[in-house]
Amino acid sequence: MRAERGLRRALRRQVLVLVPLVLLVSLWAASLVHAKEAAPASADPALEARVMRVANELRCLVCQNETIAASNADLAVDLRNQVREMLRQGRSEREVFDYMTARYGDFVLYRPPLKSSTVPLWFGPPVLLAVSLVGLWWMLRRRNRLPPEQFENDPIGDANDTPGPARERAGGGDTR
Amino acid sequence: MKVLRYLVPMALLAAVVAFLGVGLGLNPREVPSPLIGKPAPAFKLARLDDATQTISREDLLGQVWMLNVWASWCAPCREEHPLVIDIARRQLVAVYGLNYKDQVPAAKNWLAGLGNPYRATLVDSDGRVGIDYGVYGVPETFIVDRQGVIRFKHTGPLTPDVLRTRIEPLLKELQRAG
Amino acid sequence: MIAEAGHFALWLAVGVTLVLGIVPMVGAQRGRADLMALARPATHVLLGLIVFSYGCLLLSFARNDFSILNVASHSNSALPLMYRLAASWGSHEGSLLLWLLMQAGWAWAVAVFSRNLPLPVLARILAVMGLLTLSFLLFVLFTSNPFDRLIPVPLDGRDLNPQLQDPGMIFHPPMLYMGYVGMSVAFAFAVAALIGGNLDAQWARWSRPWVTVAWAFLTFGIALGSWWAYYELGWGGWWFWDAVENASFMPWLVATALIHSLAVTEKRGSFKSWTVLLAILGYSLSLLGTFLVRSGVITSVHSFASDPKRGFFILVMLAITVGAALSLNAWRAPKVGLGARFSTLSRESLLLTNNVLLLVALAAVMLGTLYPLILDALGLGKISVGAPYFDAVFAPIMAVLVFFMGLGPLARWKNDTLPALAVRLRWAAGVTVVCAALTAWIGGKITLGSVVGLLMTYWIVFSVLTELWERVRPAGGVKANVLYRLGQLPRATVGMMVAHLGVAVFVFGVTMVGTYDIERDVAMSPGDSTTVNGYTFTYQGNQALRGPNYDAVRGHLVVTRDGRAVSEMYPEKRVYRVQRNPMTEAAIDSRIRGDLYVQLGEPIKGDTWLVRIWVKPFVSWIWVGCLFMGLGGMWAVTDRRYRARATSASTEPAGTAATAAR
Repeated sequence: MRAERGLRRALRRQVLVLVPLVLLVSLWAASLVHAKEAAPASADPALEARVMRVANELRCLVCQNETIAASNADLAVDLRNQVREMLRQGRSEREVFDYMTARYGDFVLYRPPLKSSTVPLWFGPPVLLAVSLVGLWWMLRRRNRLPPEQFENDPIGDANDTPGPARERAGGGDTR
Repeated sequence: MKVLRYLVPMALLAAVVAFLGVGLGLNPREVPSPLIGKPAPAFKLARLDDATQTISREDLLGQVWMLNVWASWCAPCREEHPLVIDIARRQLVAVYGLNYKDQVPAAKNWLAGLGNPYRATLVDSDGRVGIDYGVYGVPETFIVDRQGVIRFKHTGPLTPDVLRTRIEPLLKELQRAG
Repeated sequence: MIAEAGHFALWLAVGVTLVLGIVPMVGAQRGRADLMALARPATHVLLGLIVFSYGCLLLSFARNDFSILNVASHSNSALPLMYRLAASWGSHEGSLLLWLLMQAGWAWAVAVFSRNLPLPVLARILAVMGLLTLSFLLFVLFTSNPFDRLIPVPLDGRDLNPQLQDPGMIFHPPMLYMGYVGMSVAFAFAVAALIGGNLDAQWARWSRPWVTVAWAFLTFGIALGSWWAYYELGWGGWWFWDAVENASFMPWLVATALIHSLAVTEKRGSFKSWTVLLAILGYSLSLLGTFLVRSGVITSVHSFASDPKRGFFILVMLAITVGAALSLNAWRAPKVGLGARFSTLSRESLLLTNNVLLLVALAAVMLGTLYPLILDALGLGKISVGAPYFDAVFAPIMAVLVFFMGLGPLARWKNDTLPALAVRLRWAAGVTVVCAALTAWIGGKITLGSVVGLLMTYWIVFSVLTELWERVRPAGGVKANVLYRLGQLPRATVGMMVAHLGVAVFVFGVTMVGTYDIERDVAMSPGDSTTVNGYTFTYQGNQALRGPNYDAVRGHLVVTRDGRAVSEMYPEKRVYRVQRNPMTEAAIDSRIRGDLYVQLGEPIKGDTWLVRIWVKPFVSWIWVGCLFMGLGGMWAVTDRRYRARATSASTEPAGTAATAAR
């Protein structure tokens, strides 16, 4: 009896070891046969990434507002190829943009160049941000210096609904 | 002072409406060429009728000439072609064709069928010269002066109106100049 | 016959809106209850007529009536029924009829759900909405009739643009228009209050739910549009700052400012004239948006076929509508009181800061959108303003806004101090920095954008949690437990927290996908595989198939991770038979941790195809965040105080010019 159980245990141990081993070997063999790592579409993925970065800032002139990176129009493909070739030759991104604007004008750039006509565009928002925050602060200060008669009756007096140790209010808490 | 607070929104409204109103008369898809007033980009291309012969930009110096960009697959080119033939017939200017991203046999057939107004047609099969000239659609037409400087560009098919009001006066002026 | 009936209904509607626009308004000014009582029924009739008219259009599309120009241009007999119906709003004319339907619908909703408004106020509001509806009716009838006939009748239609043959077409436009047109309710409330002279906290309490619901719809509509563009257009992005996208985003920014401004006006009676101005601005931007899309002054994939005559009509409409409202404001507003006092640091001032920042953002977006037009009009050349500009300019403003978002809800009304606030928020600040640092470190790549984005996300989350804790933690002496207090939170508070958390979710999605997005282009033959970010994509080949109105090539990829099967993906390349343009249908597997996005490119050689694979971490959080924002708003609107009956049910005319200085 005990010998039988011992035998069964030994067998089970062998199975437990063999089965995974067999599976592993067959999987490995299968991987040798089937999987081939797909080749990247372009010979130089790093260059391609640069091409896409540049192409994402260039406008497709025959499309309804698309970049040459996203568009499949003939001109977009041609210009992408042009960008790729220039970058491959070692030109800088600045040179690529200059090349495009020399032929198509500033219209082809999605990042508007900074020149005298675009100063309000680029500096407008930051200046507006600063001016309005300062202006707001100044206006609030001035408002607070007005005599109390100028203000209307305060609907809640000095009561405050701030969270924190608060008295339980009848009717369900603060109005927000 | 307080009145100002209420005038500012009105003024903004007026400004925005004014700009939008002007905008109604503009074409947002029209791309002005940065090459006007600049030397015509260099090229050296084979002729359509004789692939062994080439024409370069230098060959065309000393005369006022018109470059008409076309392709056999382009429908609007077909529309404007009679006008180009007319320009050549009236000897207003020497017209050269730029066959853009096309196949030589198809181009030859097209000209055979519709008429050939060009002194010569240059073959730009990969579109490189087109890109140099800022071509983004066909047909397009350029006018280059005696010094080789681009003086005019028209995108889209030529119309009798454009011919009469823009091209003919310009040609007169350029041909008068030395 | 059906088309003519639909057309005639619109003419009848003109008559109804003329009556609705004039009679109740006169009644309110003169105290004539009989004239004012005309408003509600007129609104019902108006809705009935517009619904009937739209029904005629739908029926024409369903029946493939190609004698109608609209149907012939945008539909086809092979088009599945649901898209035939959606095509009714796929054209300029049809979408305007949809706008009218929404306008009539909102007016009807105001008429039905405003039992607690005094009759003169309601009469004025509905009159204003009637006039707005009239302007659009005239626009449709004189320049953009959806029922125009086409003789000779073609055998079949030109089909709906294949990119629109998608469920997105069914949901996005109606949702978006609900939002756009909902801004007219805010406008009407404001103008009515200016006319009637009852600009006060009570007015704010009435307006607020309407504005919030419109804002929520606009949020859903924009989010749907963004999501649709992402999965349909196949360029992998979700926002292009295209002029038409901006046209919908600008009213949203103002609506957000408005719901916050109304909070102050309702509670403290302050910001009254500012709130009115915002309400006018919101609807003006809806009109501006509609102008930009339909006039041809800007180029966009979205714009309808342009006609300067239509653009001119809308421009005149815009000038008159907004000019009249601003004039009214200029006349009335000097008499409006200053509201209650509050100190330089208080919840009021922080909400005012919110408004200022949102409006600076609005100015930036508007400047960028209109600048090419401005330069061209001034003869200063043609430029393009695209995503690089908007991203650079918009993000910093939002970062500042989010900082204040943490402070605002915790600040005390009327008066607070910086040290007091800082003490309450120091835990949140500390945990924010720690979590942001940890997340950035786990992510691997650290950029300025990712750090700022993570700080923003966690700041919102922990400041909301701080506020929540302060509200529910057991108070000294009171034995109520935390869960009970949680349940006692007003819906408005809960809604606000959910909406703010939605913003955090949104920012997290944007940050993660912007920083950790991976794209890989590979050439695949059947059996090839590639591994991106731990996911292994194995190409199985493709097969040709026939759809209802297109032919397609469908690829098959199996995705596994660590040996376990994850999903099967089927990207397609379709050619629609009528319009014959090729379209890619990307295969997207959306998971919580990110999307797997596969696009079938071109065949390279034999059975080797170019396949484009993206792994986009957390990208769906962008739209889930927007969903939470909108749902939070909707929840807040169901707060008890909006459902309470008003104490005054008076029909006294508010004829006097003076504002209620209570």
